[in-house]
This record gives sequence, structure tokens and C-alpha cells, in this order.
Amino acid sequence: MASTQIKPTRMELTRLKKKLGTAVKGHKLLKDKRDELMREFMDLVRENMELRKKVEAGIRAANVNFVVARADMSEEILQAALMVPKQSVELKASSRNVMSVDVPVFDYTTRTPDANDIYSYGFAFTSSELDGAVKSLSDVFPDMLKLAEVEKSCQLMASEIEKTRRRVNALEHVIIPETREGIRYITMKLDENERSTQTRLMKVKDMMLEQAHHYSEK
Amino acid sequence: MYNIAVMGDLDSVYGFASLGLDVFPAGAQDAPELLRKLAEGGYGVIYITEELAALIAEDIERYAEQRLPAIIQIPGIKGNTGAGIQGVKNTVEQAIGSDILFGSEPAGEGEPR
Repeated sequence: MASTQIKPTRMELTRLKKKLGTAVKGHKLLKDKRDELMREFMDLVRENMELRKKVEAGIRAANVNFVVARADMSEEILQAALMVPKQSVELKASSRNVMSVDVPVFDYTTRTPDANDIYSYGFAFTSSELDGAVKSLSDVFPDMLKLAEVEKSCQLMASEIEKTRRRVNALEHVIIPETREGIRYITMKLDENERSTQTRLMKVKDMMLEQAHHYSEK
Repeated sequence: MYNIAVMGDLDSVYGFASLGLDVFPAGAQDAPELLRKLAEGGYGVIYITEELAALIAEDIERYAEQRLPAIIQIPGIKGNTGAGIQGVKNTVEQAIGSDILFGSEPAGEGEPR
């Protein structure tokens, strides 16, 4: 029991009252934070699921196209065709602050603005299926990047929500009740001390009167 | 400035080279080392096939709390194992306590709505 370790002094009482005030305020703030994070998370995770389904379907379709393209060409020609890419992608990552969680925001720039630079080969020796396959993959790419951003944000927010929830629960079910109990204990103890002093004084007064006048006060 | 990497078996990843992403074919043995190198080497997003991700789950877990890199699972050439969808469900479970959003949806070959 925690209350056995509390010293029943006025200083301790003031300290505990201050602590309770902070705990209650902190609890309210953390609860608000958790609720707001939860609200944002709900929206984001729905978007995450939708994007993921879209990307997975897109990549699956692109993979099918690539298999068809490979079937039509020799391994060497395919490797050579894709060996030296014409296009390159640079990623800019900034961050956004959602309720003190740093989530990434991705933005990409391609080295050349020409959309046709995804075809890193001459069209003479490759099948037309390869063009289609590369195109289908390139169509998915913006969604893939968006997915990366959203999914990472979801993961970061989920762990922050978990942490915040633990803190809220610890405050609500441990710290605040314990402090309240401590305050109650000290108040009772101080009251008790005061009453005992009062009775002691009354008793002493009785004894002094008895000694001086040889009568007891009614 | 960051780069984007794609990890996985060669057949699953070579197509991404045409988009200008950096492609790293890897197996189960060299993948953890490669992932570490990529994560520290200025890659902001690392796409990894679900099959390979399943083999090096602990190594991926290490980067879960960091803002970057974002390690994202994608289906490989052999098809969709449902690990990516399961991952999203896991984050919901972590945040809310139980999967109340997508609980009824199967994790397998989900078609887009």
C-alpha cells in the first residue's frame, strides 16, 4: 500500500495536490491527443487499404504483362533492354506534424520531364508487350509512392497511439487514484492530529484548574 | 534527396529499373545486410517483395519506429501472399486494439473495390 510510505505533513500534502493537478491536466491533454490521433488514423488507414489494393492489383497486372513480354523475347535481349535506365527518380522527403508525430511526405521528381523516357531501349529488338508492361508499371508508380507515404504514416501513428493510450491508462487508473488516496490519507491524519491536540489541551486545562482552585470545570 | 530501392528476387523486380528506381535482386542470405546498407545509404523508400519480407521480418521490424526509410511490401511475380494487407490490419490492431475496420475482409487476393 502506497499510503503507508507517505509522510503526513503539510508539505507533502501541498506536493501531492500539485501533482494531482498536473496529472489531471496531463490526462485530459493526452486523452485529447489520443482521440485526435485516432480520428486522423482512421481516415488515413482507410486510404492506406484502398491504395494498397489498387497498387497490388496494378503490380499484379504489370507482372502478368512482363511474363508475357518475356515469353516473346530472349532473356539476353530483355536484360539488355532494361540494363541502362534512361529515367531516374529523385525523392524529396519532407515531414508533416500530426499531433507531435513526424510523418513523412514524399514528393518525387524525374530526371527528365519526358514521359516516354521510361522506355530505355530502342524498339527494334523488343516486343511490343514489353512497352505495355513498362507502361503499366509506370502508371502504378505514383500510387506506389503515395502508398509508401500513407502506410509509413499509419505505422508511425499506430505506435504513437499505442504509447499515448498506455500513458492515458496509467494516469487514469494508477497515478490519479494513488495521489487522491495519498491526499485523503494525509488530510485524515492531519485532522486526527488536530483533534488529539485539542483533547490534550482541554485535558491539561482541566488539570490546571483543578490544581489552582480545587474544582473541576463543568 | 533520397533514392528509391526495390528489393526481391530478380524476376519480380527487374521491371522497376525502367522507371528509374534502383533495383537490388536479393535472396534470404544477403537481404538483411543489403537492407541495412540501403537504409543507411540514403534510400527513403524501400519496396520489398512479400516473399522476401517474410524471410527477414525482424530486420524490417527494426525500422518500424523510424521516420525513414519507409519499407513497403509489394507483391512479387509469384503472386500476392496477402502479407501487405495483413500488415495494414496489424497497424489497425495496434492502434485500436482490435481490427474493427477490415476484420471481415479476407487477407488473400483482394480485388480493389
